[in-house]
Amino acid sequence: MFKDNKDISGCGVSGIINVKGSLIPGDLIIKSITCQEERGNGLGAGFAGYGIYPDFKEFYALHVMAEDKNSLERFERFLFQQVKAIYHEPIPTRKVKTIKNPPIFKRYFVKLELEEQLPTEEEENKLIEMVMYINANLNGVYILSSGKNMGVFKGVGFPEEIAEFFKIDEYQAYIWTAHNRFPTNTPGWWGGAHPFSLLDWSIVHNGEISSYGTNKRYLELFGYKCTLLTDTEVVTYLLDLLIRRHKLPIKLACTALAPPFWMEIERLEEEEKNLLEALRIVYGGALLNGPFAIIFAYNGGIVGLTDRVKLRPLVVAKFEDFYYLASEEAAIRTICPNPELIWYPKAGEPVIIEMPMGTIPNQKSYA
Amino acid sequence: MSVILNVENWSYTKVNQYIREKISEGETEFELHRVNGHRYLFAGIKQKIKAKILGVPGLDLGCFMSGPDIYVYGNVQDACGNTMEEGKIVVYGMAGDVIGYSMRGGKIFIKGDVGYRVGIHMKAYQDKHPVIVIGGKTGDFLGEYMAGGTIIVLGLFSQHPEKPITGKFLGTGMHGGVIYIRGELDPFFLGKNLKISPINEEDLTYLKTILTEYCADMDENLESIINDRFSKITPVSHRPYGNLYAY
Repeated sequence: MFKDNKDISGCGVSGIINVKGSLIPGDLIIKSITCQEERGNGLGAGFAGYGIYPDFKEFYALHVMAEDKNSLERFERFLFQQVKAIYHEPIPTRKVKTIKNPPIFKRYFVKLELEEQLPTEEEENKLIEMVMYINANLNGVYILSSGKNMGVFKGVGFPEEIAEFFKIDEYQAYIWTAHNRFPTNTPGWWGGAHPFSLLDWSIVHNGEISSYGTNKRYLELFGYKCTLLTDTEVVTYLLDLLIRRHKLPIKLACTALAPPFWMEIERLEEEEKNLLEALRIVYGGALLNGPFAIIFAYNGGIVGLTDRVKLRPLVVAKFEDFYYLASEEAAIRTICPNPELIWYPKAGEPVIIEMPMGTIPNQKSYA
Repeated sequence: MSVILNVENWSYTKVNQYIREKISEGETEFELHRVNGHRYLFAGIKQKIKAKILGVPGLDLGCFMSGPDIYVYGNVQDACGNTMEEGKIVVYGMAGDVIGYSMRGGKIFIKGDVGYRVGIHMKAYQDKHPVIVIGGKTGDFLGEYMAGGTIIVLGLFSQHPEKPITGKFLGTGMHGGVIYIRGELDPFFLGKNLKISPINEEDLTYLKTILTEYCADMDENLESIINDRFSKITPVSHRPYGNLYAY
């Protein structure tokens, strides 16, 4: 439709969660993101679904993109030395007229082969180490997602094309996120489409991270390698570092990403003031500069956050057990015409929607 | 007789084309049903027509228009009234960010809360004087770079009774026009080079005129609003930043 990448627009994001863990058909997230068609230009779209692999829920699901057969074979030789793959198969796709020469997509359901049982966190660190090594060192292959019972489907095209290609309509998930891309500073390639994902973190982003260089160097100190040529990648790793590894509650981690101004901190009570000063000093390298509205998800919750001066839009709505987040209200109303509650979150204040503990397998809670 | 349209399965391009055709045939009243995310509705329309919108119109509702009166029975998304020149947009719900962006004439009346950067870069020229009235509360950067026109914030019909009436950085870069806030404003929220003063007789007469029209459209009681205290925010001088870039 609009192939001219000089058009001025912004990306579109959408997210849905059912807090009771009921499965939501893929059609709904497709409908919501395509309602925001105008926000992209055909150079990227993607979906993340949680709860899509109940039969393999105990295994890490690796979604792998390979440029050619040779790269894939090299990758497999490496992978099978590292992990036990209980099952692997091509990710089912349809032929889509407008999608020419797509990469090869495969999924692997794996367990780490360890001599002794490790605590979850250490096991996850080992998995990340492997993902980082593969993405940085093996040519022509990228692991696009690596969480349990979840997966990322993304590529170059409009959302309805990517949805058609990956058969998103055939999946059901208790959390969905979606993205419609309008790349401005970085290439529109398959790996650079959103969501970005690591373990069960996935993130979609509208905006640009001007502090990418600072954030990338900060993350490298902790062993994260940025290989996907797009600014948003750093946010995924920052969430993993701050929330999963450093155990900051989500709200505090989001405050590190989008902190209040010093003039606001100045007005707070002593205790909170000290906390926020410390946070800004310790996590200076995690501060995200530039415009952003992000939706991120994990096994157990979904979170929306905008930059502290709100240079990108975000709308949230609730209806019964469902919460919806999107760039435009219309994208919510197209699948939920009469929400009980609809609101525009404040700049820099995260909207955190978690399922009550015990709702889904391998559930995480960081709220 | 109104032209009544159910636009549920129509693209915004088709809706706008159809409206233009009907206007050229002499139609003056429109009613759009099941509007959801349709962009640029009534963009650039110069004729004095009247329109009712049921639903949530998409971005840039009424942009560049210089004629229509539009009544929205729902919320409006970002950039409603972008660079509009004349006419009126009445919204019975809430509104998103950058409402009245670069607006240069006409009126926008919102019942509820609005988002960030509302009235950014509004300007007035000769007989053109844009006005935005917000019944609820506002996000940060209200009237940013404002060069002319009037913004009135009532803070009455808000989803967030606990929040301050405006956000931070109010009127940042403002060098013309007036912002009236019902009640007191904590100077913390104010941008630089602005002053807060009490309203005078002239202000009150003007507020009465605008709010009479607002209350008529919203079916609210003027008396209970106009008797409240208002604060007036104006730039300290015509060129508060004159020495910043050139000296």
